[in-house]
Amino acid sequence: MGAAVSLDLERQRAEALAIAGEVCDPEVPVLTIADLGVLRDVRIENGRIEAVITPTYSGCPAMNLIALNVEVALEEAGFTNVKVTTVLSPAWTTDWMSEEGKAKLAAYGIAPPRAKAGRRALFGEEVVACPRCGSANTQKVSEFGSTACKAHWRCRACAEPFDYFKCL
Amino acid sequence: MAQLVSAGRHDAEARWHPALFEYLLRLGDDSLILGQRLTEWCGHAPALEIELSLANIGLDLIGQATLLLNLAGEVEGKDRDGDRLAFHRDALAFRNCLMVEQPNGDFARTIARQFLFSTYQHAALDALSCSTEPRLSEIAAKGAKEVSYHADLAAEWVIRLGDGTEESHRRAQDALDALWPYAGELFEVDAPMRAAIEAGLVPDPESLRATFDATMTEALAEATLTLPKLGSFQTGGRAGRHTEHMGFLLAQLQYMQRTYPNAAW
Repeated sequence: MGAAVSLDLERQRAEALAIAGEVCDPEVPVLTIADLGVLRDVRIENGRIEAVITPTYSGCPAMNLIALNVEVALEEAGFTNVKVTTVLSPAWTTDWMSEEGKAKLAAYGIAPPRAKAGRRALFGEEVVACPRCGSANTQKVSEFGSTACKAHWRCRACAEPFDYFKCL
Repeated sequence: MAQLVSAGRHDAEARWHPALFEYLLRLGDDSLILGQRLTEWCGHAPALEIELSLANIGLDLIGQATLLLNLAGEVEGKDRDGDRLAFHRDALAFRNCLMVEQPNGDFARTIARQFLFSTYQHAALDALSCSTEPRLSEIAAKGAKEVSYHADLAAEWVIRLGDGTEESHRRAQDALDALWPYAGELFEVDAPMRAAIEAGLVPDPESLRATFDATMTEALAEATLTLPKLGSFQTGGRAGRHTEHMGFLLAQLQYMQRTYPNAAW
């Protein structure tokens, strides 16, 4: 009996995790919060379901909307007593972005973060491939692009400007 | 400012320490006031890339301020959240350093201010990520990663302006001369700061100096700029004695809550 109940709970948790994970980032809508690593956990305790999310940046304006969308998605799927909690630690890193997420970003025209967001040296050189033509002959225009999480680059080969999702 | 749900993994019991509250106000106010200053550039920056950069740096800072001031309110335990602290205090109760409230001036002035402050703030947040107060260390660890980009951008522009045209060099040197007198306050240790250091809550700013000085030396040499020699520095912000610019800044920042107290949407 006990085993059956916990099996049931585990199935419910997996289902809730999948549903919450499908919520999209409002600023980069090709990515889900599972792709981004923003969804950290889903817990079920005493009939209460808690989804745990973490912000990409301290001032990310999408967090409130993401929290609301997670709550709505879970409720629409029939879960009741839903709570969304935001945690800061461990601090989000682009290392948590899934390989699938990186492929989706590149297809969308945004250069994905390079693996391992280590400490960067001041003025350290970075090589970022153009998401359109694949050339490595690119140049950083500005450390900040259309959002805090992206830098503004240009390709010298195909002459197109593009966003690069910065390592964090 | 948006409300963030408080981190769930910490026990609700707030560890009251007067030095902690005071220090959180200093950190939070530094970020809030500089974030506010940077938003003044919206629609006025000299190029689109700079417009986006300054606005996004401001956004990071206001995000950090929200976290820090919410925690300050939690630690204080007098039912004041980050919004309350940001919008319902007078200048005398603000604890930010004088540098961040200085007017934007020309682009060189804004960049010099950012270079000095972000270089210091990056070292400070990096060290604070080892604070004995876990709620502070997690905010600092997150902020340090963001600020490393602010510091890089500012250093790149200091070099571009300093080692640029005769006019840009002159303006960049003028900006450094004007702002350097406010840099000493960043490393000042007064009685509340001493108490926070002794409680293991915060690093001794003296320990940040080597990192700060190394960046100054490296970037300014490349920028062909020099730091003025000073015998003393401007101080008072940490005790609420602000420059005449602070009242005008708060008038704009707090307008809505002063006009319609406790308005919400």
